[in-house]
Amino acid sequence: MKELTNLALDTATRLGASYADIRIIQTKYESVSAKNEKVSGIGKSENEGFGVRVIANGAWGYASSSLVTKSEIERIAAAAVDTAKASATLKKADVELAPEESYEDVWRTPFDKNPFDVPLETKIDLLLKINAEMMKVKGIKVASSRMGFKRELQFFANSEGSFIEQELLRSGAGYSATAVGEGDMQIRSFPCSHGGGALCGGYEVVDELPLLENAQQTAEEASALLRAPSYTEKVTDLILGGSQLALQIHESIGHPIELDRVLGTEANYAGTSFVTIDKLGSFQYGSPAVNVVADSTVPRGLATIGYDDEGVQAQKWDIIRNGIFVGYLTSRENASVIGEKRSRGAMRADGWQRIPLVRMTNISLMPGDWTLDDLIADTKDGVYMDSNKSWSIDQKRLNFQFGTEIAWEIKNGKKNRMLKNASYQSMTPEFWNSCDAVCNEDHFVLWGIGNCGKGQPGQTAEMSHGAAPARFRNIKVF
Amino acid sequence: MLSRNEIKNILDKIMDISTADETEAYVGSHRSSLTRFAENRVHQNVSEDGVHLSITAMLGKSMGDASTNKLDDESIKKTVADAIEIARFAPPDDELLPRLSPQTYREVRSYDPTVDELAPMDRAQAVGEAIRLCEENGLRAAGAFSDRSGSGAMANSSGLFAFHQSSGVNFSMTAQGDDSTGWAGKSSHKRHDVDPGSLARIAVEKSLKSREPKSIPPGKYTVILEPAAVGVMNFLFGGFNALAVDEGRSFFAGKMGQKVLGDNITLISDPYHPLHQGSPFDGDGVPTKPVILIDKGVAANLVYDRLTAKKHGVEPTGHGGGGRNAYGAYPSNTVMNGGDATLEEMIASTDKGILITRFWYMRVVDPMKVIVTGMTRDGTFLIENGEIVCGIKNFRFNQNVVEMLNNVEMMSEPVYSGMVVPAMKVRDFNFTSGTDAV
Repeated sequence: MKELTNLALDTATRLGASYADIRIIQTKYESVSAKNEKVSGIGKSENEGFGVRVIANGAWGYASSSLVTKSEIERIAAAAVDTAKASATLKKADVELAPEESYEDVWRTPFDKNPFDVPLETKIDLLLKINAEMMKVKGIKVASSRMGFKRELQFFANSEGSFIEQELLRSGAGYSATAVGEGDMQIRSFPCSHGGGALCGGYEVVDELPLLENAQQTAEEASALLRAPSYTEKVTDLILGGSQLALQIHESIGHPIELDRVLGTEANYAGTSFVTIDKLGSFQYGSPAVNVVADSTVPRGLATIGYDDEGVQAQKWDIIRNGIFVGYLTSRENASVIGEKRSRGAMRADGWQRIPLVRMTNISLMPGDWTLDDLIADTKDGVYMDSNKSWSIDQKRLNFQFGTEIAWEIKNGKKNRMLKNASYQSMTPEFWNSCDAVCNEDHFVLWGIGNCGKGQPGQTAEMSHGAAPARFRNIKVF
Repeated sequence: MLSRNEIKNILDKIMDISTADETEAYVGSHRSSLTRFAENRVHQNVSEDGVHLSITAMLGKSMGDASTNKLDDESIKKTVADAIEIARFAPPDDELLPRLSPQTYREVRSYDPTVDELAPMDRAQAVGEAIRLCEENGLRAAGAFSDRSGSGAMANSSGLFAFHQSSGVNFSMTAQGDDSTGWAGKSSHKRHDVDPGSLARIAVEKSLKSREPKSIPPGKYTVILEPAAVGVMNFLFGGFNALAVDEGRSFFAGKMGQKVLGDNITLISDPYHPLHQGSPFDGDGVPTKPVILIDKGVAANLVYDRLTAKKHGVEPTGHGGGGRNAYGAYPSNTVMNGGDATLEEMIASTDKGILITRFWYMRVVDPMKVIVTGMTRDGTFLIENGEIVCGIKNFRFNQNVVEMLNNVEMMSEPVYSGMVVPAMKVRDFNFTSGTDAV
């Protein structure tokens, strides 16, 4: 492999690149899905390719190919330099990179059970059993379950002397029950929506999920939702369950702190960010109960790595401390804009085909000291909502509206009637400043997001958000 | 890009070596390039070349899938073997249909060879002009100029062979001011249909005209939606899936043959429309038929995958996903009829309303009622007494799309904007909150 990486770097530098890096990636996937009493998909997929990123004449160029041969590596390295030179005709200033040590290292996701060694029959059997449990419940029209595994072996090398071999393993499973009534449809998912629970690790991630044990309750809740009332719009107290809070963190904290987005690179796509750099160190992002940490090292996080796709070591750092905004997600190119001497290591690419972008690492709301029972008992009038169903936020990450699969009204400290089609809407800083209570470590779960989109051309990234339920005061719920 | 013959040779090889009872395979190649700019400079410039091979093997009524992005002999053999091995473990499915026999397909003109001649410096030149226009007007340019081409074919052991080649060019740009933005974009399979210069001028004009935006209260307003904003009706299309109707998961369940939209609305799925020229076959290799989905407001027809069609005793429409047909069909290449009003006439006819360039971050809130939420963006204007008077701050909407399509008062001639749709004037569009976000 070093022969190939050296060829790319040598070709690029010979043709005028002042910096070059290459990622050669081999990826293996397996997915199994079931719908009602049948298998709806079983597939294995393998994918290999490489991408060369260069700075030439002070600007970036990138080219990639699925053909991993010497002649193709030379061709692609040359194409990357050509592209960089074209970019350079429209630069404002030369790209400069924050320094990072060179590393020769190997890093692998720890795991117990290789998911690719677990027999297919075991996986199929589990999914069909889960579906069978759900189908027993009256009103369930579609029972849908899935599990998926991805192993990515990446060789990174750069013209500064780094050579890093990194093997990432991700595993996950989940299911949903769709209940259909008269002109109505309701869905409940377990352990969460958007494809299920996933972590970095092996098949033990699936084994540890109480999938079969929760199938009946999940289906019963879907069916019960058909008969549940909707909520009448009101400004009230809102308790968000952990999995919904994970998406709240993702959309209204994670994305706005991507420094490249703040500096305008996504303006033509998802927009910019209200978290302008003048706010660093002083902006009251949330109440003192809000403490948010970015951590690329947390065990099992979906974005847990040894090194990012620029060869920067994984790190852990504060984003919001006692409500004050104190940290961004950065790259080697933009760290200096906020006066930092080193990248935080937040650059990741979706495969060999894509150029690295600043992506969220694992971003978590630190636990507080409430139990959920006490928090509900302390709430006179409110709503408890969980499991995301719809999500929308504006182009500066301010005005958002989220809907959940399920909600319960809280009256005088007790959960009473179940509610369907509940949504809430607020503005990001007001929302986080209204947080007055966060549940404790016992309720803290690392939830996975497997479908985060960014960039043109589009890229998907995975990350985890740790969250325990939390309460927000005076939020519009409808 | 692989030629038709190169792809056919690979597919023939696969059919020869596979020992499965039935085999289906897809081979494709693609290349794409994109120049991305922001803050008046190019910050990303990328390209990609790749191939894809996927194989479905059937042993009796059991099916297995495997795929790779390698086309050497060893990788092909391994992928065939993997698919067969998976089929051995898959439980039999009595509803699994035999692979389709050979079909005949209509010709589409979806590949323009001049797209492959675009070089990084060509994209840089066009982007450079857009940036200079912004700088001259005190604005910041952000956008992307991309081009792609690809070829692919599916074949099966019954002798079916279906080939499609396509190209695409896309230019989109946001012109950013201090308190306003303007956007314009276009895509086409033909290189010279996309004129970055004129798109940049539109984006700049919108940004300049919407400076110092006023804040007006949310509520129900008459809106004039430019074609890019009419994309909100996309959320209706999943409901035309016959399988979703059977499962009760569609707005159209129990409503076929009924008038559900305004009688000025006719909606068709048609890959052969001159402004589409999309793929003429679906995931099973079924030739795609034009289907009238809504006929003067009446829910007229659904789209059917092979399995759901068989259950209903009808012909499949060529909109299926293939494989096990577990998820049904989806109406692609949609065309909405338009009218003969111009955008200017719609504005002139409006006492009080809002002109909308596009929507953003749209998500469905209630799939059965087709209620959608999202934001206005990149050029939102107040109309009073038939004239645009100023830019306004952006809104969040929560809108029932079915109601919206019952409230269409005027339409223009349709153009290509992802779908083929007109601009339209709609009454009582529901804005529920505002934002300072530009």
